[in-house]
Amino acid sequence: MSAASDHRLDRRFAALKANGRTGLVPFITAGDPAPELTVPTMHALVAAGADVIELGMPFSDPMADGPVIQHASERALRHGVGVAEVLDWVRAFRRDDAETPVVLMGYLNPVEIMGVERFATAAAAAGVDGVLLVDCPIEEDATAAPLREAGLRRILLTAPTTADARLQRACELAEGFLYYVSFAGITGAARLSVDAIAERVADIRQRSRAPVAVGFGVRDADSARAIAAFADAVVIGSALVESLAGATDAAQVEQRVRAFLKPIRAALDR
Amino acid sequence: MKIDNYHAWPDVQGRFGRYGGSFVAETLMAPLAELTEAYTRLRNDPEFVAELDRDLAHYVGRPSPLYYAERLSRDVGGARIVLKREDLNHTGAHKINNTVGQALLARHMGKPRVIAETGAGQHGVATATVAARLGLKCVVYMGATDIERQKINVYRMKLLGAEVVPVTSGSKTLKDALNEALRDWVTNVADTFYIIGTVAGPHPYPMMVRDFNAIVGREARAQMQEQFGRLPDVVTACVGGGSNAMGIFHAFLNDRDVRLVGAEAAGEGLASGHHAASLAAGRPGVLHGNRTYVLCDDDGQITETHSISAGLDYPGVGPEHAFLKDTGRAEYLGISDDEAMEAFHRLCRTEGILPALESSHAVAQAIKLARELPEDGLVLCNLSGRGDKDVHTIAAREGIEL
Repeated sequence: MSAASDHRLDRRFAALKANGRTGLVPFITAGDPAPELTVPTMHALVAAGADVIELGMPFSDPMADGPVIQHASERALRHGVGVAEVLDWVRAFRRDDAETPVVLMGYLNPVEIMGVERFATAAAAAGVDGVLLVDCPIEEDATAAPLREAGLRRILLTAPTTADARLQRACELAEGFLYYVSFAGITGAARLSVDAIAERVADIRQRSRAPVAVGFGVRDADSARAIAAFADAVVIGSALVESLAGATDAAQVEQRVRAFLKPIRAALDR
Repeated sequence: MKIDNYHAWPDVQGRFGRYGGSFVAETLMAPLAELTEAYTRLRNDPEFVAELDRDLAHYVGRPSPLYYAERLSRDVGGARIVLKREDLNHTGAHKINNTVGQALLARHMGKPRVIAETGAGQHGVATATVAARLGLKCVVYMGATDIERQKINVYRMKLLGAEVVPVTSGSKTLKDALNEALRDWVTNVADTFYIIGTVAGPHPYPMMVRDFNAIVGREARAQMQEQFGRLPDVVTACVGGGSNAMGIFHAFLNDRDVRLVGAEAAGEGLASGHHAASLAAGRPGVLHGNRTYVLCDDDGQITETHSISAGLDYPGVGPEHAFLKDTGRAEYLGISDDEAMEAFHRLCRTEGILPALESSHAVAQAIKLARELPEDGLVLCNLSGRGDKDVHTIAAREGIEL
């Protein structure tokens, strides 16, 4: 987690810090809007200013996600997308991009059914840098141990409702970055109280060695800019996934990613 | 694993051996901790216990009778089949034992709004019922497909003042309703209590729902002693999520000579793939906040289930059942749609009791078990609900227009 680490995620956050920049972490659902568009979308995100890519692994029962990501997941599943395909796409992405960290985000069951160890080894070999398992809180950390052993960063979530003792523990365990869920709800809802988030994030940054990325409810340049004032990185998911829905070819995806992400990048760098 | 005392589970983290736990998003951890704290405190509070006992006696109608089904037993030609008549409870099933308890808990925690998921509508009705009685606002999530299949229960919930919200995500059935209720809870946790209807979900639900239903087994165990002077040879109950089975099994867990048999929905047969037998045909995984047996494909995606009985149509199962299966304390066998139908008619004709389709699976299992035992044997069967709600389904299946 120190600047000296040669882990791709740590290097990226160290560079952001050195340059005084706020990280931009877009989320897309792998396989949506179409399986053949995932790798081109990832490259388009990097071209438009993404610092880290969060790639959602579709699951049949995404209980923490709002309608936008639920529907994206359902579309991907209808295309038969599973963990193996997601790892294939990361491998393909890595052929042309050895620098941009990729974090997989998903639910535990597909990982458990594959076998956590087998998944961890395969993900690391494919070029994945971190894994965020939505339904694997710190109490169940033993389940996720093979991720760390394979050299993957286990990305943890904290929320406004996280009790103090648990927050402390999360800060101690945090690696890669700590994902702060900016309100108690599902993904894609639009409620932000910037002052409350700022206060909480300041507290977490004091306690955690890992940088803090803020997500849930960040939709556009203005909300991203507001968060950038106090966070190490900003995560944008539902609004981006929504803007990509229905795109049919790589050119369309590139155009939409540019139109969506560039103003946000500009706002963060202002 | 050698188990000295089955009543010692779950541990403080809600684990039954390797099963159970709290596999939920971070935003749910605080509400679950608040609930665990309140429940742990109130379950031993004499006033709360007295209030619950009063409601169970005067509102639910407990104790429910233990009834020796003599004509059914003779008709089968084996051991004596004894029915625990949960179908005689208010609202017609065991579900109300749990909703009465959780609604009282909601009131003690100062939550004016309760939410629930429902498949067939039985748990939704039981929740709407107690919400009406306590003056709590009630929202029930129900898959759009199930709403279409269970119009009468939807209307019953509305008559009781509940709002029924159709769920259109995923397979539009019970599992999706549970996802949606969790999403509501996470968003409205300050004023909302989530009444889960079965022994699944994250800790403390599997423990709490079991505890509220365990009165079924406690009564039945004492009634067996009173009426027959001994414990049964075997206890059987149907298992979807598993609340009525946990309810009747729990008091017998440490009676090692009493065999425990759960009847899962084998639908069109385990080999057909059209079933809901998570324990008999599934594998360990994580669903709805706990580690348990699930029905999923090789990619870990939860698969759609089939049963003639909507109440058993669930791709997971309570984690304590997973634990009882692995330790060998209980067995879980499949009963097909056809076998359940046959048992349904048999109980109607021999005893004048119209069982729920869910409970018909337990009756079918009891019939099989009775045949294996001598005539002085005793099979205790949890008749978890009455079948009035199912007459349309049964008529349609038999090509009869009502």
